Amino acid sequence: MATTAINLTARDFKGKSDPDWCPGCGDFGVLNSIQRAVAELGFRPHEIMTVSGIGCSSNLPGYINTYGMHTLHGRSLPMATGVKMANHEMNVIVVGGDGDGYGIGGNHFTHTARRNTDLTYVVMNNQIYGLTTGQISPTSSIGMATKSTPFGNVEQPINPVTSAIMNGATFVARAYSGDVRHLSGIIQQAVRHKGFSIIDVFSPCVTFNLNNTHDFFKERIKKLEDEEHNISDWKTACEKAMLFGDTIYTGVFYEGERPSLEDVEPVLKTGGPLSFRELGLGKDEAHKIITGMM
Amino acid sequence: MGLGTYDFALAIGGEAGQGIATPGDILARIIVRRGLHLSTYNAYQSIVRGGHIFLTMRISDAEVENHGDKLDLLMCLNQDTMDRHQRLMGPGTRIVYNSDSISPGTEDMGAELCGLPVAELTQSRNRLVQNTVGMAAVAFLMGIDFSVLEDSLTLRFQRRGQEMVDENVGVAKAGYEYAREHFKPFEQIPPDGGKPLAVWSGNEAMAMGGAAAGVKFYAAYPMSPATGVLHWMAANARNLGIMVRQVEDEIGVANMVVGAAQAGTRSLCATSGGGFALMTESIGAAAMMEIPVAFINVMRAGPSTGVPTKTEQGDLWQCLGASQGDFERIIVAPSNCLDAFNTMAEVFNLTDKYQCPAIILSDLYISEGRFSVDPDKIDMHPNIDRGELITKPSDTEGYIRYKLTDSGISPRALPGLEGYVHLAATDEHDEDSTLISDEFTNPHKRRAMVEKRARKFDNILKDIAPPLLEGPVDADVTLVGWGSTDGIINEAAAALTADGISTNRLQIKWMVPFHGEEIMDILSKAKRTIIIENNFSGQFARYMRSETGFSATGHIRKYDGEPFMPHHIVDGVKAQVNGDTDKYVPYQEITV
Repeated sequence: MATTAINLTARDFKGKSDPDWCPGCGDFGVLNSIQRAVAELGFRPHEIMTVSGIGCSSNLPGYINTYGMHTLHGRSLPMATGVKMANHEMNVIVVGGDGDGYGIGGNHFTHTARRNTDLTYVVMNNQIYGLTTGQISPTSSIGMATKSTPFGNVEQPINPVTSAIMNGATFVARAYSGDVRHLSGIIQQAVRHKGFSIIDVFSPCVTFNLNNTHDFFKERIKKLEDEEHNISDWKTACEKAMLFGDTIYTGVFYEGERPSLEDVEPVLKTGGPLSFRELGLGKDEAHKIITGMM
Repeated sequence: MGLGTYDFALAIGGEAGQGIATPGDILARIIVRRGLHLSTYNAYQSIVRGGHIFLTMRISDAEVENHGDKLDLLMCLNQDTMDRHQRLMGPGTRIVYNSDSISPGTEDMGAELCGLPVAELTQSRNRLVQNTVGMAAVAFLMGIDFSVLEDSLTLRFQRRGQEMVDENVGVAKAGYEYAREHFKPFEQIPPDGGKPLAVWSGNEAMAMGGAAAGVKFYAAYPMSPATGVLHWMAANARNLGIMVRQVEDEIGVANMVVGAAQAGTRSLCATSGGGFALMTESIGAAAMMEIPVAFINVMRAGPSTGVPTKTEQGDLWQCLGASQGDFERIIVAPSNCLDAFNTMAEVFNLTDKYQCPAIILSDLYISEGRFSVDPDKIDMHPNIDRGELITKPSDTEGYIRYKLTDSGISPRALPGLEGYVHLAATDEHDEDSTLISDEFTNPHKRRAMVEKRARKFDNILKDIAPPLLEGPVDADVTLVGWGSTDGIINEAAAALTADGISTNRLQIKWMVPFHGEEIMDILSKAKRTIIIENNFSGQFARYMRSETGFSATGHIRKYDGEPFMPHHIVDGVKAQVNGDTDKYVPYQEITV
């Protein structure tokens, strides 16, 4: 659906409101990266739907000039799946935080990956609950002291990258919001990828997470593309994704090919998007139903 | 008492896995092809094998919307059925059973015992063969020609090969002939109703109604007693161009249908109370984002897991309060199967026009009951009105999604169209979708938006039919019911009037919005009002009191999991007219 006749820039995707994020928040970099990516891909605003859940990062659809849904906490993926199924010609980008996606929405994360629905999911992972003023999230490190864990977190964090691969996502990447050029490039790849693509983005919370700061990541991040990495090798991808010490990898960990949900859904084979089809039953169809009851 | 000249009820009992559904289905088809009406109620438990299944089928030449008060014929597939129900079968009735494995008990109330030596008759070791032999004996006793049964068996089994047909027709013949030689048939034979009828369940009716109304997206998580909607949708999806998704949980279901509805399809889901509890947050989301979408809640006996296979009208307040916040949603409780079908198109037109969520409140009794219907009454091409929906792109700018209007309705554009880019948000928002919830909350804008959404509901009442009083205006007793009890109360009112207690009735279908004034006009003139509900606490009585200030004279409530039978209501009214009680709880005679 990309139209190349009109060249839009990231500025054309600026939304009506300005972000209400804290100065220095990692999410600015994610917003910029998405705007840049969709502009460079040649999209126009009405061709995209941005869907989010609830949380600081989930305010993003208000700051971008595309169709948008700002939905319920943890429910962006099923909401976006509904949108995509009803109009599979739309490019649906899902955004949200780690609590939204991996905590309260964890069940949907698993099943959306399994279905391989053609969605691009950008998770702004700050390893903390920010909007509720600082409690542990499903990605918080062991030992982290927060308002809900004053004596330190004792729970093992989830690994979004390995989880996504194991559950069947076909494009799995990690990025850092401080590197807009890199992130924007990955988002472009993810949008182009047919199937469920997820990018777990380290997007530091400068207010409530004083452990996983911009400096923390800058010191540790190594890009997978700077060394040899075979993106079709899911086992090595998982091994590299498990590292969270002196070295933390970013980049595309895994890309595979598998039919997406729209591809295997017979009702979408012909006839265009469901949402634009004629309603009501044909005479023959109706007759067949009635005679089947007699 | 029945409403026609022929009124016959038979029951088939056995354990799950014994194949009760097949003879039940074959008999039902024979009956409706003859142009006779039927109403079936299947009492069962949450078990795949074992337990006690009891299928009651009532047949009449008049329309029947309940399974009646009596049994004429009992077919026992196991000893347990004989032991439980022999005591219900008095003189003039018949009990059909396999005499190889089942013996009559000591509670002989005078029924004619029709034992069938199945092994001798069939020489077959197939344990399902007793069902066909029994069904043939039933057909003989009822006065149905063997050729009719033969045709039905052929139709039923032909897909599984000629051998299967021959075996079934062969053993049926043996059973039919044995019955002819040994048993006395019923005197009254079923009349020929003329025009063949169709048979459906409430779940099928709602699924069909949705399809006819233009539903293109259906999602579900299986849950009794709502699963029948999913099964119909799944079986018909490809032919009708409907997408059907089985989703990981009801939260996912509800959010998927809301998402699909926002993208522009008519979207539907169905569940029971437990699943509905998980869906409720999405109902508020649909209300806030002003998305038209419909949820079916098929009530079963609660709370919690409750009695999954039993009926109740216990979820009214759950629906009234579904989701946090102060907002309205349409709630409608159809009166019967055909009404449930027609309600679907009506609801989708309303949700599209008023851009709000709607709940269809059914229950196990009509959803899983099977009823005859005149096929000509099923309008598969209902009027479809999508309200103020923008479906074509525009090159002008300045579209405002939640524009403040006098009616509260703002034109809705299908996402994907050029010129209408907008945000739908569950946060409170301004008319142009700007959030007024976080950075700058604005009390005046908040008030305007609350009032805008509420204003839409000022007008819905004008679009829906108020309830009508049936029967003499000056009756001594006025029966008030809601939802699926319609057909039962109708028959009870007729019986009471025949017994000298002049009775009229008011059945209420639309819960929200509520015709408070119209209802008060009627009830304020009533001499004695009795509210009838399939629940313990009188959910509807309390709701109506909260809406109108009206308190009824008395109540009849049933909450044992089984539906009302007409005589339960007749007895309850008589007890109240006698001054014995003002809250009557009937005793359930048939225990399953």
